[in-house]
Amino acid sequence: MPPPGRLRWLVAELVGRRTESRTARTLVFDVPGWPGHLAGQHVDVRLTAEDGYSTQRSYSLASAPDGQRVELTVQRVPDGEVSPYLMDDLEPGHLVELRGPVGGWFVWRPEQREHVLLVAGGSGLVPLMSMVRVRGAVDGRAPFRLLYSVREPDDRLYVPELLRGAPGLGTAYLYTRAAPPEHPRPVGRLSADDLVRSGWPADLRPMCYVCGPTGFVEAAASLLTGLGHAPERIRTERFGPSGG
Amino acid sequence: MAIISRGFHGRRPAPGRDLPPGQYEVHDFPVLSAGPTPRVTHEDWKFTLRTETGTEHTWDWARLMEMPGESPTVDLHCVTKWSKFGTRWEGVSLDLLMEGVETAAEFALVHSYGGYTTDLPLEDLLDGKAWIAHRYDGEELAPEHGGPARLLVPHLYLWKSAKWVRGIDLLLDDEPGFWEGLGYHSYGDPWREQRYQGD
Repeated sequence: MPPPGRLRWLVAELVGRRTESRTARTLVFDVPGWPGHLAGQHVDVRLTAEDGYSTQRSYSLASAPDGQRVELTVQRVPDGEVSPYLMDDLEPGHLVELRGPVGGWFVWRPEQREHVLLVAGGSGLVPLMSMVRVRGAVDGRAPFRLLYSVREPDDRLYVPELLRGAPGLGTAYLYTRAAPPEHPRPVGRLSADDLVRSGWPADLRPMCYVCGPTGFVEAAASLLTGLGHAPERIRTERFGPSGG
Repeated sequence: MAIISRGFHGRRPAPGRDLPPGQYEVHDFPVLSAGPTPRVTHEDWKFTLRTETGTEHTWDWARLMEMPGESPTVDLHCVTKWSKFGTRWEGVSLDLLMEGVETAAEFALVHSYGGYTTDLPLEDLLDGKAWIAHRYDGEELAPEHGGPARLLVPHLYLWKSAKWVRGIDLLLDDEPGFWEGLGYHSYGDPWREQRYQGD
């Protein structure tokens, strides 16, 4: 979806924050003039220091469209330039500039009827959660399955909301380092077996959205093509440790 | 007038590093692409220049390797905000590939294995500004960075440097590529911060 005309920088005021995990926080912004967005899109955030120095980062939108309210979930990048500021120093009432929504490829639209497979690694869940939330907001019934890989239980985002679940949404957790007691799956990286057991078979032609760190996305996408999923039905979004 | 974010100090680029507006420096090499990484072998790889009249000029891997190579060291600027300084490549200049190609075209539409496309003015591929790159930092180019060969056009945002390149159509009229059709800028000059349509 090409943005209508020029994308303008909008002033965003922090109006709330929520702790999501040890290393992630959701920031709630009030953005007058926000045009709305699609699940999976992102925004550019611009910070300007008093001496005029300015830098930008991209963050996935976490929320479903809700008037001029926009939620981003920021994962701390150790020694980052921007994420520690956003998480620790930005207080309600403070301002940043925000531009978007951006991106028309890694998106899910409520009118899509096909099965959907979401494969998230770590904070790669954020744009996929926006898809889950948009589906919920429109009472969607498209069959969704979410495979969510994290190192250990404390790394999970949006725990209460995912535990509550939604009709037709199946969620499987994959732990790579440490699992909760009695978790049925041994710890380990995402495997073809996981995708067979908790995903959709390729002959259903699901739309697959994969988001996470580069190594995770590379592995997940090649496992999916190996299982017969068509490359053109696998959409990926990657982030490296340089998210700032 | 910029909005000041209270308490934000930021990190200035190291002296001698000239960052385009809005960019920040990275030291790793992030990977971005819209779908799974295509796996293309040297045996299967082919590169085809097709003119506006339909004339095709095709190179296979062996023929590309026989051509005189260049070793550009260039800065990369990705529209997702990261910049990487001093990257070392080996490849064949588009000037060499275009020798003997008769065309009146002003635009190029670049095609990749995997279906990706991107468009740019033909003059931005000429005069030492672009390469078919097949080695990075002394090694064969890794598949996730576009191996076996990618286009390298370092003066534009990196999405113009199509990975897994398989051909270029020379066109009289501009035709938007993948990201250009999804709201990104048709030219993409990092120094003028041409990220999205209308910038």
